[in-house]
Amino acid sequence: MPAVQETVERVKSIDVDQYKYGFETKIESDRAPKGLDESTVRFISAKKNEPEWLLEWRLEAFRRWKTMSEPDWARVKINPIDYQDLYYYSAPKTTAGPKSLAEVDPELLKTYEKLGIPLREQEMLAGVAVEGRSKVAVDAVFDSVSVVTTFQEELKKAGVIFGSISEAVKNHPELVRKYLGSVVPVTDNFFATLNSAVFSDGSFVYIPKGVRCPMELSTYFRINERNTGQFERTLIIADEGAYVSYLEGCTAPQRDENQLHAAVVELVALEGAEIKYSTVQNWYPGDSAGKGGIYNFVTKRGDCRGNNSKISWTQVETGSAITWKYPSCILRGDNSQGEFYSIAISNGHQQVDSGTKMIHLGKNTSSRIISKGIAAGVSQNTYRGQVSAHRKASNARNFTNCDSLLIGDKCGAHTTPYIEAKNSSAVFEHEATTSKISDEMLFYCRQRGLSAEEAVALVVNGFVKDVLQHLPMEFAVEAQKLIAISLEGSVG
Amino acid sequence: MALLEVRNLQARVEDKEILRGLDLTVKAGEVHAIMGPNGSGKSTLSYVLAGKSDYEVTGGTATLEGEDLLELEPDERAAKGLFLAFQYPIEIPGVASMTFLRTAVNAVRKKRGDEELSTPDFLRFVREKAKELNIHQDMLKRPVNVGFSGGEKKRNEILQMSLLEPKMCVLDETDSGLDIDALKIVADGVNRLRAKNRGFLVITHYQRLLDHIVPDVVHVMAKGKIVRTGGPELAHELEAKGYAAYENAA
Ligand SMILES: Nc1ncnc2c1ncn2[C@@H]1O[C@H](COP(=O)(O)OP(=O)(O)O)[C@@H](O)[C@H]1O
Ligand SMILES: [Mg+2]
Repeated sequence: MPAVQETVERVKSIDVDQYKYGFETKIESDRAPKGLDESTVRFISAKKNEPEWLLEWRLEAFRRWKTMSEPDWARVKINPIDYQDLYYYSAPKTTAGPKSLAEVDPELLKTYEKLGIPLREQEMLAGVAVEGRSKVAVDAVFDSVSVVTTFQEELKKAGVIFGSISEAVKNHPELVRKYLGSVVPVTDNFFATLNSAVFSDGSFVYIPKGVRCPMELSTYFRINERNTGQFERTLIIADEGAYVSYLEGCTAPQRDENQLHAAVVELVALEGAEIKYSTVQNWYPGDSAGKGGIYNFVTKRGDCRGNNSKISWTQVETGSAITWKYPSCILRGDNSQGEFYSIAISNGHQQVDSGTKMIHLGKNTSSRIISKGIAAGVSQNTYRGQVSAHRKASNARNFTNCDSLLIGDKCGAHTTPYIEAKNSSAVFEHEATTSKISDEMLFYCRQRGLSAEEAVALVVNGFVKDVLQHLPMEFAVEAQKLIAISLEGSVG
Repeated sequence: MALLEVRNLQARVEDKEILRGLDLTVKAGEVHAIMGPNGSGKSTLSYVLAGKSDYEVTGGTATLEGEDLLELEPDERAAKGLFLAFQYPIEIPGVASMTFLRTAVNAVRKKRGDEELSTPDFLRFVREKAKELNIHQDMLKRPVNVGFSGGEKKRNEILQMSLLEPKMCVLDETDSGLDIDALKIVADGVNRLRAKNRGFLVITHYQRLLDHIVPDVVHVMAKGKIVRTGGPELAHELEAKGYAAYENAA
């Protein structure tokens, strides 16, 4: 069955106005008291039995945060956030930390099953190599804590460290201490600083020198608790000559209030290393009247620290009420490469302000940006990008292609590129187009037997094809389905 | 029962009356030609039959095998067996022709209650039909109609027509922009599809297409109505005398 039709089957099988992942899991949880002050930070740190240096690090961030204000330059309208009306820590009561699957609360496992992460299946497959099917190790983060990480044994054999960042603080403090905050400084921006103060969990990956990670690594984030902010922190280090491909997926239940998600992701690629980071973001977008939904305010940055290193971001952003997110690359090493491939879809009342920064510092660095924005409903979709070459960055190269597709005439697409070359040898190319799905195109497809939804899915899949092909195979199909689902009801 | 039955059909676009009481009956197995001056409403008729949304039907009926066409969505009409070969086929960037064909074939098959074709069966089916129309495999890898020459676009329409196995085929100026060799390929393609259970409505401005697709009935359309009906000889008469007599008729 071709993907498009499969997509439509899936779309039909779910209720149109029903966010597919909007169920709630009934689990007792352990929470920090509402609100945020120094004692909250201490509470979180104590819950995790953290060393003194990390508590200090958090407290410094917290003090700094108190002096900062929310950024206001994005093209988004945000309902005021009452930071004292949130819970900053919530953990499922039955789970104190990663355990074997047998010890995990069956309710949680059910949740992950509903999310389509076959944890059990994967564990079973661990010993058996099924031809034509690659393995994916999963770290699952539920509200504030990592609940289970699969495939530990096999990863250990390869010397790969993959698990929750809390575990890493205990077991590999030297690595965490060395790299935490080294890409996104504690003081970077309001949301990143907040995250530094209160981050609860997230994933940690270390790939040793010369190791090619034997499987895809993946983290699933899920916000379950009401009024809970999720502040996960991800740190990935690829040592010299190492390679890793990492995927994160996210979902949240349907809630009337806006929920805050302020994550920080830091990537470090040492000499000759390559990190491929893919995101399929499907947080709850709010209902058809624009009520509720996740505020997705995320700071993601990769540092090509070594020569000949490479970092590639691929994102499929379909969820969240507001997305504020600019996965970036610092091209520090000579000959380093940065890539950003993005599909950002906004429907209903969603607002997306997303893009990337490519900071060329080393010599002969190159970057490539392919962004596909799709706006439907009454949504607003902005691409914001910055490409800059430092004075010493001779022969910097950038190619940017930024296309917008409008569905209907009540939505908006905007492109805001900043380009700055302080070295005259830089060559930056920028292409941008805006097009509309025309009635002519839809009628042509429908005359050939496609329903309105099938027609939109087909045209949109054509539009995003160049980006989809950068996703790991296993997830490209999933992403394609998600795109169709998120555009449900965009024509009518 | 006639295959296609159009009675007193009236339609407007943007408040402009275009079809003004059109009657037409096509029986299974017949090929009808509609000729007429530019602007007489030939394309409008094809769009109204296919269900394009900016055309508002203000009166009359149209049925396919007795079933009310005008009530159906465009894709339902396609599934019922109505096919329109567009005068100006639409480009769909990024969507490979092969993907488009397969999606369309399976969508229609499913609506008709048929099994979807397996990949090998589909490929065999397409290759065979494409070869008949002199369509190269490379063309099928390119995005739908993007950068196609005029001839390629029209051959692609006929390819889709062969694959979707319609009952009633409406061809809107399929000959326009074709040189004589391309015209012959397209006409042969259409002739191969002629069958006892299938009807054709061939819209054309020129008689030369009708030398290759010989019609059973020829209609002259002017100002939104059929104003004259005859046999193939009527096409020759029009070729010789032009449409001047009809520009002011009706
Ligand atoms: N979408 C439209 N908007 C406005 N006028 C239209 C539209 N489509 C057709 N018309 C008008 O309707 C009349 C008939 O057009 P058409 O059906 O294309 O004629 P033909 O195919 O016989 O040349 C013309 O006057 C044309 O300008
Ligand atoms: Mg016409």
